[in-house]
Amino acid sequence: MNSDVRKEILGYIERNARVDLKEVAVCLGLTEVDVANELSAMESEGIICGYHTLIDWEKVTEERIHALIEVKVTPKRDKGFDDVAERIYKYPEVQSTYLISGGFDLLVFMEGKTLREISTFVSQKLSTLDSVLSTTTHFILHKYKDYGVIFNKKKEDERMIMTP
Amino acid sequence: MRDPLSQVIGTIKPSGIRKFFDIASERKDTISLGVGEPDFDTPWHIRDEGIFSLEKGRTFYTSNSGLIELRTEICNYYDRRFKVSYDPKKETIITVGGSEAIDIAFRAMLDPGDEVIIPQPSYVSYEPCAILAGAKPVIIELKNEDEFRLTPEELEEAITDKTKILVLPYPNNPTGAIMEEADLVKIAKICVERDIFVLSDEIYAELSYKGDHVTVASLPGMRERTIVINGFSKAYAMTGWRLGYAMGPAKIIEQMTKIHQFAIMCAPTTSQYAAVEALKNGDDDVKMMRTSYDQRRKFLMNAFAEMGLPCFEPFGAFYVFPDIREFNMTSEEFAFALLDAKKLAVVPGTAFGDCGEGFLRISYAYSIEKLRIAMERISDFIEDLRNKK
Repeated sequence: MNSDVRKEILGYIERNARVDLKEVAVCLGLTEVDVANELSAMESEGIICGYHTLIDWEKVTEERIHALIEVKVTPKRDKGFDDVAERIYKYPEVQSTYLISGGFDLLVFMEGKTLREISTFVSQKLSTLDSVLSTTTHFILHKYKDYGVIFNKKKEDERMIMTP
Repeated sequence: MRDPLSQVIGTIKPSGIRKFFDIASERKDTISLGVGEPDFDTPWHIRDEGIFSLEKGRTFYTSNSGLIELRTEICNYYDRRFKVSYDPKKETIITVGGSEAIDIAFRAMLDPGDEVIIPQPSYVSYEPCAILAGAKPVIIELKNEDEFRLTPEELEEAITDKTKILVLPYPNNPTGAIMEEADLVKIAKICVERDIFVLSDEIYAELSYKGDHVTVASLPGMRERTIVINGFSKAYAMTGWRLGYAMGPAKIIEQMTKIHQFAIMCAPTTSQYAAVEALKNGDDDVKMMRTSYDQRRKFLMNAFAEMGLPCFEPFGAFYVFPDIREFNMTSEEFAFALLDAKKLAVVPGTAFGDCGEGFLRISYAYSIEKLRIAMERISDFIEDLRNKK
């Protein structure tokens, strides 16, 4: 199967992982078997890494605090940033870890139930790592848009019901 | 009191969609597949450019023909996409939608007694605009078995000594039909031989799903006898901005500009600035929307195949034109019954000419989720009809 077909399948399911096989097949002009085979191949090759649900947690009563932490580190000989990154991303409360160009090195997204939980994590776990030089924690106050989806904006179809 | 109206206006029928629109609008929970405009919002960078132009206070008239910057971008675009080049200064005019361009082209080119050949089913404005320009519309009834393409035989038969203009409405609203290069070559040959001008309405050019659209103006001998009409409504999802354009021989464009100058002055300035941005940086948006329409097109074709509703495969615009003749109902009867029974609004084929009888126009400018519900409704409906027989 050529890589264009894979890109088409990925493009189709990127925004809607719940879509059924048949719809993907029909809309892309493929067979269901082809789509199923490609999906499982891409799963085992690690191209498709998971199917998640995008949730606006602010609408759910449960409290969740999200923070974005800039981390400056000393890279290690031979290992570069990988070692320290691994020590950070292995914490389950860390949601994402990126190596960043510019004024700091690692960008860490994390989630906690309270401000205290996050500040404890930063001061006791993150800052105390040998390679970590400094951290700057930004608490996220409100999410307007995540993964290309604008929250709180359900758009109605405002077109006239019938036009030539 | 004297009759305040002209004699000619009384001869023009109101749009066939109107009656249906009024009824469908009153029904609650109705799903409509009756819309002739994209469901996408205008891409944000284009809207932002419009807003920016307002902030900068660009709120004045432009030149009658439109911003030279926009005309230049349009000519670059046609050269790049469809391989025909025009002079932005003398051969291009910006209009209020493609509709205005149709109107002023007819008024600039037609005299009383001239005939305009209009293949139908097609967009609703060619016929009234031709009549208002004093000309006589000559209708060619296109056929389902030809996939609603215009054949050279049909054209030959419709031509008389008085024929002046042939309208080529492709990709077509309402059928979704296209004309490929091989089809156009035969038509072009006849137009050159018989000295006929062509008004090529290419408003859906970017929504072609079987290779790139071919403009008749790019064929030998046709540039000097073709008015190309296009606009921003369909390709860039900019219907409400009301912006179109026409390109053609300087002699014709000059006179069209004269009518435009007196009747309109100039196209909306904000829209013109936004359109410059659309042409400069909008290729990816167009591609994204085309891909999405194509997926929905395939979705509908599959749904019709599953319910056994015959429909030729259309390769343009965002319409399908299924054949409902097996049910022995007129298009209007079918559409009203479907609205009553299943709360689904579609447009009867007859809204686009008498030969649309026996067909429906279904638009796929809707999300797959909506289309899926609509297809379930239409499938249930025709199953009921078949069971009754």
